[in-house]
Amino acid sequence: MDPERKKVVEHVAVSTFPDEVLERVLVQLKSHKDRSSVSLVCHSWYDAERFSRTHVFIANCYSVTPEIVSRRFPNIRSVSLKGKPRFSDFNLVPPNWGANIRSWLVMFAAKYPFLEELRLKRMTVTDESLEFLALSFPNFKALSLLSCDGFSTDGLAAIATHCKNLAELDIQENDLNDKSGSWLSCFPENFSSLEVLNFANLSNDVNFEALERLVSRCKSLKVLKVNRNITLEQLPRLLIRAPLLTELGTGSFLQEHPACQYSELENAFNKCMNLNTLSGLSEVTALSLPALYPACANLTFMNLSCAALQSGELAKLLVHCPCLRRLWVLDTVEDKGLEAVGSNCPLLEELRVFPTDPFDEDTFHGVTESGFIAVSYGCRRLSYVLYFCRQMTNAAVATIVQNCPDFTHFRLCIMNPWQPDYQTNEPMDEAFCAVVKSCTKLQRLAVSGLLTDLTFEYIGKYAKNLETLSVAFAGSSDWGMQCVLGGCPKLRKLEIRDCPFGNAALLSGLDKYESMRSLWMSDCKVTMNGCRVLAKEMPRLNVEVIKVDGSNESQADKVYVYRSVAGPRTDAPPFVLTL
Amino acid sequence: MEKSVNYGGHHDDLNLEATELRLGLPGIIRSDIIGYEKQSSSASTVVVVRNNKRASPEGIMTQESSSKSHSYVSDARNGDPDSHHQPPAKAQVVGWPPIRSFRRNSFQQKKTDQGDGAGMYVKVSMDGAPYLRKVDLKVYKSYPELLTALENMFKFTIGEYSEREGYNRSEYAPTYEDKDGDWMLVGDVPWDMFIFSCKRLRIMKGSEARGLGCL
Repeated sequence: MDPERKKVVEHVAVSTFPDEVLERVLVQLKSHKDRSSVSLVCHSWYDAERFSRTHVFIANCYSVTPEIVSRRFPNIRSVSLKGKPRFSDFNLVPPNWGANIRSWLVMFAAKYPFLEELRLKRMTVTDESLEFLALSFPNFKALSLLSCDGFSTDGLAAIATHCKNLAELDIQENDLNDKSGSWLSCFPENFSSLEVLNFANLSNDVNFEALERLVSRCKSLKVLKVNRNITLEQLPRLLIRAPLLTELGTGSFLQEHPACQYSELENAFNKCMNLNTLSGLSEVTALSLPALYPACANLTFMNLSCAALQSGELAKLLVHCPCLRRLWVLDTVEDKGLEAVGSNCPLLEELRVFPTDPFDEDTFHGVTESGFIAVSYGCRRLSYVLYFCRQMTNAAVATIVQNCPDFTHFRLCIMNPWQPDYQTNEPMDEAFCAVVKSCTKLQRLAVSGLLTDLTFEYIGKYAKNLETLSVAFAGSSDWGMQCVLGGCPKLRKLEIRDCPFGNAALLSGLDKYESMRSLWMSDCKVTMNGCRVLAKEMPRLNVEVIKVDGSNESQADKVYVYRSVAGPRTDAPPFVLTL
Repeated sequence: MEKSVNYGGHHDDLNLEATELRLGLPGIIRSDIIGYEKQSSSASTVVVVRNNKRASPEGIMTQESSSKSHSYVSDARNGDPDSHHQPPAKAQVVGWPPIRSFRRNSFQQKKTDQGDGAGMYVKVSMDGAPYLRKVDLKVYKSYPELLTALENMFKFTIGEYSEREGYNRSEYAPTYEDKDGDWMLVGDVPWDMFIFSCKRLRIMKGSEARGLGCL
């Protein structure tokens, strides 16, 4: 076939591709990144994609309006929304900042009456909203609230009472008003659809008999995470009624009564053959821990971040967990415990070590660089680390990333600000140089310790895949931030606090911010004028300054910059200035 | 243990403030890193670090304290002239280290449960007494100590405890409410188990008291 004719044939073939077939194909696409790409191909693909999309993920609730979303995607059944900037988790965002779910719910009720799932992170949700949700969507199946605020257990009671088809109720780490545990008793006696129940972070007692009956009725229950008030004696009664459990949050695990009750517990755990995830254990002791061993054979994720285990206890436990891929611990396990991790967990991909006494600098607790090194020798597949410590050296980090070059997430928190390498007294620049040079797949980085602009030069130069960067108490001048903004082609989120970066740094990113999700800078050297210039030059960015009481007029205390097609916020409180 | 380098402490005596390089107007307290010399590997590091916030530490420290239960109060506000040489002391910096509230809450909860520092206060009522009292169970190491303290507090006497008969020879019986909500006789379980499960105390009097002992 001659080339000209071939071209014509190909051209015709593409434009007569039937939409119905295209939509059937596109329905299979789950990843929102893939869907974004598809929608950019051409108009007909854009349309086919938007009709076939059933789940929408909105990473910044102020980047778009409910109206725009509902116009583009008419068939949504599942929504994930994120609201406040991440630093609100650490009290850096004043209360009543915004990200209220209300206006979204009103739109959903009008345009998506068949909504099934809602997953919210860092949003403000009131009891009225929860009740509105419970009453507006007859097919509602899944509610997940992570790091949200504004509601109380009354709202949960409304959900339990009215959502007849609820399969998932996941209440994690929220700042809620825990008035009483009676919400659990609001599930009707004939209600049996629950598959996921997580109330681990609620502090009030629930009625145990009601919980027991609920677990009995819900034959498909796969995930059960109870709060600390459920005792070791009560736990077996739940376990035997939930044979399909794959994820368990155990409550306190405190053994109050003598060992004769222990056998019930052992029996119950012997039958837990399907567990892949274990958490809770907030009061566990060496006595009660062995009861768990039979259930650990298939565990891939163990969250011990509420359990103050000692190194020996952890070591004994890990022997029984050969399949572990993700492990979260408290630093009570110390370096010795981490050595046990290195010895027993060859498949480990993720390690998080949380501090027990983050504010107590006087007594030496916790983990050091040795523990981290030990893990890196034993767990070569490590790709995600979150490590809180009080001392670190450049050499240690270099060794660690040499052993584990596959890091995608490297979050190191040396807890004392501006702390240098404790052996050489030098800045920690070389440590992060090693990280970005060795770990070519690095997507997320959090830096700490004494750092000069050199760290940021390295990051800008080498971190080609970096998407999220968190910086605190670091850098020497504007040049540091300029290097990051000038390099890092895939940068999406930049969050900075207490660094000497000012207007020159802020404005050097003019070309970059529209390709990023957001920028946060608090307690840096940016001024109101700098922010005004940014706002003027880049009208499609929202440039917001949170003013703090008593601060200097010209200082921009907290700056939040994000791209948006929604225009400036209409619901901003008085302390948020939109420039 | 490796203590974090206490820049401020070392330099109090040397008064390097007069000769240090600063990025900004003199007199302003900044949180910059100042004049770092790479060559100097000797003990006298030239890094002098200011650990306070900028001109208005108050503004940054107080605004967070309004609604959250953990407010971080800066020592810098106390007017201590050397305070700006101190490294960040306990709980001085808002939102640092970056740990979410629920984790901080659970540590404090744990400490309260275990009675570290905060004490284990339980209410004590006595039949016939006009008002309740509170005792810190953590203070006592054994039952005799607790019972003596209660005797002094309410001015009465409890007889001897016997496993078989409880406090039968006394007009009073100390009881407690445990985590399950049941009323138990004080003394049956080991002391350590008792202090973890005791939610409140009640000193029963008269026939009701003797009734318990007879069981």
